[in-house]
Amino acid sequence: MSTVIKGGLVIDQTGERNGDVVVEDGRVVAVGPDLSGDEVLDASGCVVAPGFVDIHAHLRQPGAEEAETIETGSWAAVRGGYSAVVAMPNTNPPIDCAAVVQEVLALGRPAPCDVYTSGAITVGRKGEQLAPMAEMAALGVRLFTDDGNGVQEAGLMRRAMEYAAGLGVVLAQHCEVDSLAAGGHMHEGEWSSRLGIPGVPAEAEELMVMRDIALSRFTGAPIHFQHLSTRGSIAMVRAAREAGLEVTAEAATHHFTLTDEACASYDPVFKVNPPLRPADDRDAVREGLSDGAVDAIATDHAPHSPDTKEMPFDQAPPGMLGLETALALALTELNLPLAEVVGLLSWQPAAIAGLKGVHGAPIAPGGPANLCVFDPNETWTVDPDALASRSRNTPYAGRQVRGRVRHTIVGGNPVLVDQEMRP
Amino acid sequence: MKHLLSINDLGAEGIDEVCRLADHFTEVSQRPIPKVPALRGKTVAMLFYEDSTRTRLSFEVAARRLSADVMGFSVSASSVNKGESVRDTVATVSALGPDAIVVRHRSAGVPQQTAAWTHASVINAGDGWHEHPTQALLDCYTIRDRLGSVAGRRIVIVGDIKHSRVARSCVMAFTALGAKVTLVAPPTLLPPEVGSWPVDISFSLDAVLSDCDVVYGLRVQKERQSDALLPSLREYTAQWGLTAARAARLHPDALVMHPGPVNRGVEIAPEVLDQPNATLNEQVRHGVAVRMAVLYLLLAADPDLRPEGAGA
Repeated sequence: MSTVIKGGLVIDQTGERNGDVVVEDGRVVAVGPDLSGDEVLDASGCVVAPGFVDIHAHLRQPGAEEAETIETGSWAAVRGGYSAVVAMPNTNPPIDCAAVVQEVLALGRPAPCDVYTSGAITVGRKGEQLAPMAEMAALGVRLFTDDGNGVQEAGLMRRAMEYAAGLGVVLAQHCEVDSLAAGGHMHEGEWSSRLGIPGVPAEAEELMVMRDIALSRFTGAPIHFQHLSTRGSIAMVRAAREAGLEVTAEAATHHFTLTDEACASYDPVFKVNPPLRPADDRDAVREGLSDGAVDAIATDHAPHSPDTKEMPFDQAPPGMLGLETALALALTELNLPLAEVVGLLSWQPAAIAGLKGVHGAPIAPGGPANLCVFDPNETWTVDPDALASRSRNTPYAGRQVRGRVRHTIVGGNPVLVDQEMRP
Repeated sequence: MKHLLSINDLGAEGIDEVCRLADHFTEVSQRPIPKVPALRGKTVAMLFYEDSTRTRLSFEVAARRLSADVMGFSVSASSVNKGESVRDTVATVSALGPDAIVVRHRSAGVPQQTAAWTHASVINAGDGWHEHPTQALLDCYTIRDRLGSVAGRRIVIVGDIKHSRVARSCVMAFTALGAKVTLVAPPTLLPPEVGSWPVDISFSLDAVLSDCDVVYGLRVQKERQSDALLPSLREYTAQWGLTAARAARLHPDALVMHPGPVNRGVEIAPEVLDQPNATLNEQVRHGVAVRMAVLYLLLAADPDLRPEGAGA
């Protein structure tokens, strides 16, 4: 059974061209004009791109299935054009050993997109003792992070980087110095001052970025920075790359879209970690995505059930949904050429997660049939109740955005067709 | 006006209106039977998640003097201790049909959230570090009563500004009315980006003392020492306390104010509290009239809602 994607503009790492794409048995078999197949997917007016890769998704399983499961999170991903997601390890129990990695991978096998998992750097994400990274790497884990926590202790981080380098895996850091961030619930600045909400200063993030760049220089190990949110962080990463260090970075969609002013509503849907920052930091994130200082757009998709978000601001957990709105926000908020947006969502994060060749690959005969077809001009309004995620905590409710995923093909299977999920 | 969540909801005109109404209710409070039927048939619910003596009592007395029914909600005896969420509690209290809910909570923003979850009018009785609008109103009323007006007055607020909801509301109210406000505190007890506030800043109480009309002291809590915000309360008192020696340098008519409860000898020396220009008890007394004015404004000022013949 073959599928032909007809009439789209094909965009991949090699460039842009008009043409039909035929996929069969999990592979792209032909790209060119006037092709046919058993099933026809209309792509007129659309971009045909390699499927997107989210290197930062909280799928909440095991432990918080009331907020999201690997199945529901994967459907949200497919709706967002993702063919692959990398699960974060702050589950319960945390993903810090082979047994939990196997459990997550097993739960991900029937999912509509490819589910990969990160592993924790330290046992229990407690920052005290190295987690068994080798046994997790042997199961295919390529990205290690204590996400939700930064590794506080410099000596431990040094050893973790050295050890990881030997395994050929990458450490990803949630940059936050606890002693500066403790007790804070939003960005520390003019708005936190006015609202009387304890703040988290930008320096809590920047100090750890600075430290880990120094450790990368020292150990020669690569480092990936998660969800960078401040001008200072992005400037340091830019300088480190110019100096030739193996430093990569991601930015979350909300950090180039929203600012800390949103917290004036006291609606915890705007509470996230790292926090929403002032407009100047938001602009710096946009600049970083534009000039290459930041490699990838990540969602930091963080589902929370309504009862945990309908709390006083300082008691609610941080985090917001992102998988189903990332493309649209990138197209609406970033003034970038289509190919650059696709790169930020697809082959650049794929490279960080060690998925090169499987996801984000060029669309050419013999290549993997992990594809996303989106209309860059369709406008739509975000409706929390229409999301595939099990949770509703999107900060974009009612927002009009541009750019919508029409079809998603994973391993040659059309799992999203005309915006309809196909189980 | 439906809710009083922030001083910004009132503005200068609204504050003036509250003060004018409070003049009237002050007169009512001096009658042999200090009660009017203005809010007969109305119910005011007290939703206090945080310990409070003066504010809660003041609101209850104010509501009763307007003939409203008071629905008390005691946190320790309620389902909150059984893990009920604020939203569910608000829904439960709302289902009992109050016309107003007076909310105090340790978290900033809870009154604003409450307003979204109920049809009743919501009055902020203090939320976290954010605001305490009725305190600022009674302070404006006290200054107006003593000095004739707030406009043009030089007001020094000294103490833990950073963690103070009273300071935030007072700064807004005093500056809205045209006062010149100076905040005095060690930098560790000032809010971030305080430069964006419409105030002057000084780190020295001595530098501003002789040149002000009001010194407003704020409570300093002992835990500020363990947070590394202060070396010790002893050092605080030596540098920023209103000692007898400092009070002697004040203009004779200058007022000494404090929202209470006072740490005697920490923020203000005991003998200064007993001087005639210390207004602490007046502030409490005015609190009743001012809260009557606020309740009246929210619940009776709409002519459609005003009960027949229930003029104050």
